[in-house]
Amino acid sequence: MGNILIKEKDIVVPGEILAESMDYLPGNGTFRDGETIFSMYVGLASISGRIIKVIPLSGRYIPKKGDLVIGKIADITFGGWRVDIGWAFEAGLNMKDATSDFIEKKADLTQYYDFGDVISAEITHVSGSKIIDLTTKGPGLRKLRSGRIIEITPSKVPRIIGKQGSMITLLKEKTGCKIIVGQNGRIWISGESHEKEMLAVDVIKKIEREAHLEGLTDRIKNYLERT
Amino acid sequence: MAYNKRVDGRAFNEARDMEAKAGVVKRADGSAMFRIGKTIAIASVFGPRELFPGFLQNPETGILRSNYDMLSFSVNERKRPGPNRRSVEISMVTNNSLLPALDLTKFPNTVVDVFIEIIQADSGTRCAGICAASMALADAGIPMKGLVSAVSVGKVGNMLVVDLNKEEEDYEEGATDIPIAMLSQNKEVTLLQLDGDVTQDDIKELIKIGSEVCEQIHELQVKALKDKYQGELDE
Amino acid sequence: MNNTIKEYLVTLLDKGVRLDNRKLDEYRKPITIEINVSKSAEGSARVRIGDTEVIAGVKLDVGEPFSDSPDKGVLIVGAELLALSSPEFQLGPPDAQTTELARVVDRGIRNSKMIDMNKLCIREGELVWTVFLDIYTINDSGNLLDASALAAVVALKNCVFPKLENDKVKYGEHTKEKLPTTKIPITCTLGKMKNFIIIDPGLEEERFLDSRLTITIGENQHIHAMQKGGEESLKGEDIDEMIKIAMHANKELRKLIP
Repeated sequence: MGNILIKEKDIVVPGEILAESMDYLPGNGTFRDGETIFSMYVGLASISGRIIKVIPLSGRYIPKKGDLVIGKIADITFGGWRVDIGWAFEAGLNMKDATSDFIEKKADLTQYYDFGDVISAEITHVSGSKIIDLTTKGPGLRKLRSGRIIEITPSKVPRIIGKQGSMITLLKEKTGCKIIVGQNGRIWISGESHEKEMLAVDVIKKIEREAHLEGLTDRIKNYLERT
Repeated sequence: MAYNKRVDGRAFNEARDMEAKAGVVKRADGSAMFRIGKTIAIASVFGPRELFPGFLQNPETGILRSNYDMLSFSVNERKRPGPNRRSVEISMVTNNSLLPALDLTKFPNTVVDVFIEIIQADSGTRCAGICAASMALADAGIPMKGLVSAVSVGKVGNMLVVDLNKEEEDYEEGATDIPIAMLSQNKEVTLLQLDGDVTQDDIKELIKIGSEVCEQIHELQVKALKDKYQGELDE
Repeated sequence: MNNTIKEYLVTLLDKGVRLDNRKLDEYRKPITIEINVSKSAEGSARVRIGDTEVIAGVKLDVGEPFSDSPDKGVLIVGAELLALSSPEFQLGPPDAQTTELARVVDRGIRNSKMIDMNKLCIREGELVWTVFLDIYTINDSGNLLDASALAAVVALKNCVFPKLENDKVKYGEHTKEKLPTTKIPITCTLGKMKNFIIIDPGLEEERFLDSRLTITIGENQHIHAMQKGGEESLKGEDIDEMIKIAMHANKELRKLIP
């Protein structure tokens, strides 16, 4: 095959040449100009078969249909709520997507979700930049009471979850905390004690810092054993 | 009197000592610092975020909005806070120098804000700002075709030089200042201004010298971005 | 309006601890102070308290004194909450928050008599030194006030005079003569959340404070400036408690000044 200039998990930057060959295909995070494939982000190079991808190491959350997100109620409108999910625009949550209850016209919506409430929700629809629809009807989706929220770079979320949930399961076991990971980089943690919650925060931040380095799972396992 | 030795002893095609660092403002989505000689610029990027006022929103693409500013004490004679005509013009050419590197069509109706502040000024501030801004945009995860590197070239007396310092800019017998910026990926020029008196042949030569220094700057920028992630493991 | 996050913060405070594991009367660490961060300035400093970062710089010039104090120099304190330092700051003329910051820092410096303004007089009624102190926020991670006030006094303490020739400043040439300063004022900000009093509010805490009190204390333990902020009220005991905590923190911060 033609000329490929990087290997798996190399850190690359925008404009960096990944391959000079028509044998490879430009995947997510890359673009082709002539025969050359360039990176579009500061990120990790990833090669699967003939497809070269770059996984960005930073960047704001961009809403996608099907994503589980952690949102904060920002406004209450006529038919529902506006929710801050960390994107440039607020998402919308309709009354009918919040509960199976029959809500009367002049009902007080704050009984369901009030300003400042934190919820786990799923994105049901995205259109352009501005229209993002949510639902809180679904398994595990609800108002999150008592607990803290930390924010990490959204692109690191897959590492917090791990292959088939292996990392998040390990975290929950060893810290004894309830943890909900939003694709928007927000993570809700609720534990029996402040110390356990701080441990969970500590480990999550560690994973975020070292997400791109080798042997992460073992290192985290060891770290948790020692604390 | 002819200018044939530079005041600080540099070669005609030698830039001052440089330094670059990414991720210097934690609250920003992306940020960077760039220093060339005594000139220090920092840049912060926020976005894509909501654009106010609404009538500026573009349904086909996000927009880039750059702002260049100098701290009052960054120059010898205090600069009154607030924008002036010079900073307005520099903000505009800075914006145009960065745009060709970006692809904002994925974020319609939003804005990517770039804020540049000059902490210490010794000539070449707009170029330093562009170098910092380019790293900050990459640091923020904005999709880019490549990085933008900038330096000023020019003529002092009758000597063609790169990276004029303040003394050279103020050279009594006349100096020409030509800030230039290039996109790393294809070496195309995204910033070009000229203030002085040179010939067409001079320009050709100067772009060539400028291009070489832009490459050196580019290497520094790449290293700064990668170094942010090369950090040592905790244990 | 309830607030899940605020409720959570209060449960932590009840256990004697804050979001970042600090005690209620503890400043963030590390606190770092650098001087001479901008060489064109006659004096400059960068202060970091945790992740909050502020740069202050001083430019000196000569001019006419104010008519009601013909034998004293002039001090002008300005501030800018740079849009660069937070997604919440906009470009534009100084807003109320910015103006408050500048004026509170100014008050502390003026009332503590940190600068001997008489020594800034060159010729009474005609020519005096004007001290332009400008404060710029670089990263807002909560409690910009304390970081700003600290950067301001360090910049002043390490400020030198520029060369003066024929009653005009020779820009770019510094002397070794320092600005006459003594009696450094230190500023501490405390916040109240429900019944808990905390010092040096961090970003997340600042959002949910019911009220705050900023206190500037001089070397002789005298109080030179106070500013209450926030929409709720403070009881007398709260104020006493806050001053007590500030008096102690004051001593610790003072030790850090270069």
